[in-house]
Amino acid sequence: MTNLLEVRGLKTQFFTQNGIVRAVNGISYTLKEGECLGIVGESGSGKSVNVLSLMRLIPTPPGKIVGGEVLFKGEDLMLLPMDEMRRIRGAEIAMIFQEPMTSLNPVLTIGFQVEEALKLHKGMDSKAARERTAELLTLVGIPNAIERLDDYPHQFSGGMRQRVMIAMGLSCDPALLIADEPTTALDVTIQAQIVDLVKELRKKLGMAVIWITHDLGVIAGLAERVIVMYGGYIMEEALVKELYARPRHPYTIGLLGSLPRLDAGEGAKLTSVRGQPPNLVNLPDGCPFAPRCDFVGERCTQKMPPLEEIGPGHRVACWEKEKTEGMKPHAR
Amino acid sequence: MGRYIVQRFLWMFIVLFVISMITFAMMHAVPGGPFTQEKALPPEIIANLEKRYHLNEPYWKQYLLYIDNVMVPHISKDAAPEMVDEALVEISLPGGNYLRWINFGPSYSSRSRTVNDIFREQLPVSIQLGVISMVVAITIGLPLGVISALKQNTIWDFLGMSVAIFGVSMPVVAMGPILIWIFGVALKWLPPTGWGAKPPFTLFFIPNTLGSWDFWKHTLMPAFAVGTGYSAIIARLTRASLLQVIHEDYIRTARAKGLSERIVTTRHALRNALIPVVTILGPMFAGVLTGLFVVEQVFGIPGMGKYFITSITNRDYPVIMGAILMYAFFLVISNVFVDITYAWLDPRIRYD
Repeated sequence: MTNLLEVRGLKTQFFTQNGIVRAVNGISYTLKEGECLGIVGESGSGKSVNVLSLMRLIPTPPGKIVGGEVLFKGEDLMLLPMDEMRRIRGAEIAMIFQEPMTSLNPVLTIGFQVEEALKLHKGMDSKAARERTAELLTLVGIPNAIERLDDYPHQFSGGMRQRVMIAMGLSCDPALLIADEPTTALDVTIQAQIVDLVKELRKKLGMAVIWITHDLGVIAGLAERVIVMYGGYIMEEALVKELYARPRHPYTIGLLGSLPRLDAGEGAKLTSVRGQPPNLVNLPDGCPFAPRCDFVGERCTQKMPPLEEIGPGHRVACWEKEKTEGMKPHAR
Repeated sequence: MGRYIVQRFLWMFIVLFVISMITFAMMHAVPGGPFTQEKALPPEIIANLEKRYHLNEPYWKQYLLYIDNVMVPHISKDAAPEMVDEALVEISLPGGNYLRWINFGPSYSSRSRTVNDIFREQLPVSIQLGVISMVVAITIGLPLGVISALKQNTIWDFLGMSVAIFGVSMPVVAMGPILIWIFGVALKWLPPTGWGAKPPFTLFFIPNTLGSWDFWKHTLMPAFAVGTGYSAIIARLTRASLLQVIHEDYIRTARAKGLSERIVTTRHALRNALIPVVTILGPMFAGVLTGLFVVEQVFGIPGMGKYFITSITNRDYPVIMGAILMYAFFLVISNVFVDITYAWLDPRIRYD
């Protein structure tokens, strides 16, 4: 399979009154056609800014993509004129967002909002777009879709709105669907429904998916490969099973250790990653995780470690990765 | 919706009743009366005048008489009624009778006229000027606000907001003469004073000269003098509101869909941003109407502003009552109109 997306050295910063916020600091990764990539990290790790940069949706000013290439089907999106970029948005790369409650325009019917993309990218007339919209809404599991076309977002629940967002994203058969924490604002049962829906739609439609979350549990059942981000850097990248079985970055180990497990035995305590997430305005030299790391060494505070391959498809950015070999997250 | 509007109109009557009571009480609490003059009239003449206008009756009876004249239809035999009995609605009935309804009474200070005359001849002029001023305010203010918001913190934004600050700070009493001097005296493009429409008016306030330059050449300067001040308020509110909306999540969704900036702004942002702007238009229209006194004086326009102000100093009781009730009526009507527009702009607002 060829690479659908190739990100090289992407760097996005925000120029604020308090200084330069270094949100994404030169990250590189690839995505194959039809693949599902999970991006995990805590708030402020740069995962959302990363994907908004791909779409060139960073609010400028204050934000700016200061470097890097984003090759989509071999074409560098960063160099495209804006009108060509708009032809990619929605049509080739679609995006669904974290807050279904606020991501739909409250004064327009949901039918209209889905039809809009169809008319724009597929050149459909109103009638065809309306029929297709009804199909799409049925596809994402909205009952009585035809009758609900003229309803407004406030007449839908959060989960239903997220389904509408997904229908909107799928409307033009995109090659890549970016889901930016789509389940974070929903309650757990609805979360599972949305995850299952995306899983099923992927099988049906064969699109690639980038799924951003801070929930490692969601990723396990959905993604094939996982990227762990921290402080605007990629810390670890591996196939999903490899990552859960043999995490090598101290941060990944910490994250996995903080998950409750059914097989942990009675009375077992969850571990937490000590300390606070870094302030992206004054990122320290060296590894941003160093102040919280149990394995910190001398080099860690001086220079950011390179992302090095340690096994097939398994990359880690850590100076002290020898120390974590063979570690189990819950063995601490 | 229909039920809501009917409800609002019923409420309006209650509001107008309360306002009429308060106004009546307040104007009689003020010392002096319509026939108090520097050179005192003989007591017999005052007594006669007061008897003529029922001012010798107790207050409660005066008030009831007033309400009765305004609200209750009367049937009378007279073909040519006395001036004080002149009514807005007059229908001739079979058998030589007349049904007369809505009589706001005479004016004490200009004895050849009634309050109904003022409503028929002066009020429409004020409404014409008020409506055109509002149109000027919206056509200048809205685009100015939109441009300032879209080009936030650029030279366009600063320029637009400078114009807005200028408009807010420039009183009509200064703006009017400056305009007259430039366009009326120096360039001689527009007549410095006067008004280009005379009663009778179609549908109560539409001038019969609406299609002619003669009408518009008289309106441009006063409407601009009034409109710029209000346009500044609209511009600043539009800017603030649009800036807030433009950072909403659904705007990002619209962009992620691949829509052009123009469509994102007009279709997705502006409609949401206009909701707070529409809210102020109702009270603003009432404010424009009541505030026309100055501009009417500056430009010599035969509007109602003069009567509104002078009636109070003259203690011209029927004119005070009539003017205040009429302005209150406009305030309520414009607010109902705003509420209807609200529901049209925002589907989350429903009144049933």
